[in-house]
Formats: sequence, structure tokens, C-alpha cells
Amino acid sequence: MLFSLIISLIVIFSLVFGTLNGSLPAVSAAAAEGAKDAVDLCLSLCGMICLWSGVMELMRRSGLSEKLSRLLRPILGRLFPTAAKDREAMDALSSNVSANLLGLGNAATPAGIRAAVRLNRLSGLSSASNELCLLVVMNTASIQLIPTTVASLRASLGASAPFDILPAVWLSSLLSVSAGILAAKLFERFSRL
Amino acid sequence: MKLIGELAVPLIIVFVMTYALIRGKDVFSGMTAGAKDGLKTIFGIAPALITLLPCIYMLRASGALDALCELLRPLLSRIGIPSETVPLMLIRPLSGSGALAVGSDIIKSNGADSFIGRCAAVMLGSSETTFYVIAVYFGAAGIKKSRHAIPAALIADIVGFMASVFCVRLFWG
Repeated sequence: MLFSLIISLIVIFSLVFGTLNGSLPAVSAAAAEGAKDAVDLCLSLCGMICLWSGVMELMRRSGLSEKLSRLLRPILGRLFPTAAKDREAMDALSSNVSANLLGLGNAATPAGIRAAVRLNRLSGLSSASNELCLLVVMNTASIQLIPTTVASLRASLGASAPFDILPAVWLSSLLSVSAGILAAKLFERFSRL
Repeated sequence: MKLIGELAVPLIIVFVMTYALIRGKDVFSGMTAGAKDGLKTIFGIAPALITLLPCIYMLRASGALDALCELLRPLLSRIGIPSETVPLMLIRPLSGSGALAVGSDIIKSNGADSFIGRCAAVMLGSSETTFYVIAVYFGAAGIKKSRHAIPAALIADIVGFMASVFCVRLFWG
């Protein structure tokens, strides 16, 4: 609902501002151009997204994501001390993070939800426990090894090497996730249950 | 930097295919099953993109987007963030397809290999739809009180945006 309001306001504002600014003809041409560009964009994104979805499905089927999730367990155990003692929570948690890393969005969300439900049951609270907050924060900060959608977008808009942003994406994701974890660990001391 | 970007893709594809082959998996059917999922993804985002992109284009054509950028430039230049990326930062936590629409508009109008185009791409790649994730996870677990999750998640977003600009500067000067 909020989103509907935002986009309606954007259109109304564009009309008013366009009238005042004398750019009304450009505004009306822009609507048609935007719709056409959206279709072009979808078509040009389609090939790359399908190819990468194929590679990712193969990662899942061949057990690569399973392997990664086992590698992640020791690190996650330190961040989530309560979950570390519970097999079910740890399974869900590590497969959530490994699926996120590999860009397996379809697998990450169900695993994350399983982890959230289990963490909540372990805490027995109606408010979010410290570890549940941390799980959510880690999921809101993207930690993806191959940002396929963005790379496809860059390719379709004429980038000479669409994947050359990889190292920059890795470093800034790392900084963002670290900041989120630090903030969550700091705030949990002050926020009441 | 360019080398990593150029090598990463073929190396990953070759590695994954070889690994699956050694493990005795059907590479072809795995890839095609994934491609089918990819088609579903595109079908999923297409209606939203077709609705949102005209709105963003109208806002840009009216001159309002440029006016907003000019207005915020003095403030943002102090922390080194190009003001052209403001619309993207505003919409990123709220809507994934909205961010894709705004991001593509920014990359298109500034050039994919420009400083601003790169900043927008890195921002898009290193962040998530924060409020959507919070709603899904807390909704599923039946959480009434989100405590410090939202402020911590938003701090991660803001640091991510600033870090994106920093990284683009670092790697491309």
C-alpha cells in the first residue's frame, strides 16, 4: 500500500513539476519510452539470468552448496552461540548463509525462515532474540559471491566487462555485513527484550 | 581488476560443471532446470519493471530528479557520495524491482562504465531489500517486537552504500 502511494506520488509530482518546468512533452514521451525499455531490459537480462540460474542449480545438485555450508559452520557457531548447540538451527542457518553466498535465492529464503522459526522457538520469546536479530541483519545485508542480476544489467546497458565490479561488490558487501553484525552486537546490550 | 572480472565467469562455470561431472551428476539437465527457474524469475520481475520504469523515466524527464540531485549535492559531496545515486539509495531497502528500475535508469543515463554507473551497480549488488526481508522473517517466526533489527539493518545499508562509492574510487580512481 505504501509502495502504491509512493509510485502514484511520483507520477503526480512528475506531471506538476513537468508543467512548471515546461518539460511536459518530454514527460509524456518518457512514459512510453520507459515501458519499451523495460521490455528490452527483461529480454536482454533473460539470457544471462537463465545461464546463471543453470550454474547455480548445478551447484546445488552437485553438493557444492552443501559443502560450503559445512565450511561455514565453525564461523557461524561463534556468531550464534545458542544455535550452535542445536543441530536443526545450525543446519538451517548454515544452508541459509551458503545459499545467500552462492546467490541461490530460492533456497536461501526457506532455509532462513526455518532458522528464524527454530531460533525463536529456542528463545521462547514473542520479541526477537539477539540471535534472531543477527540472522535478519545478515540477510538484509547482501553477501553474494556472484551478483548475477547486476552483472546482467550492466551487460545489457553496454558495460565493456560487466563482471569487473566483482571485487568492489565483495569488499563493500563485506564492510556492510560487518557493520551490520557490529551494530547488532552493540545494540543488543541496550535494547530491551 | 579487469582480469578478475574477465576470468571469474568462465572459471566458475568450468569449475561447477567439472565438479558436477566428477560427482556423476547430469550436468545438462541441471543447467536446463536452472534455466527454467531463470525464466520464472524474469516472468516474476517483468510486470513490476514495466510498471515502474515509466514512472522513473517520467520523473527524470520532468527535471525533478536532476533538481533533487542538485539540491542534495552539497550535503552528499561532503561524505563523497555522488548525488545521482540518491534515488537508488532511497528505494533499495523498500523494493527489489524498484531498485532494479532506478538502477538501470541511473546506469543508462550515466553510462555503464562511468564512475556513477559503477557506483550504482556496486550499491545494487551489495545490498538487499531490507524491509521485505525483515517482514518475511519476522512474519514467519511470529515476532511482534523487532527490537534493534531495523536500526542495525539500516546501518548495514548505509555503510554498504558509502563503502560502494569508496570501493569504486579505490579500484578505478
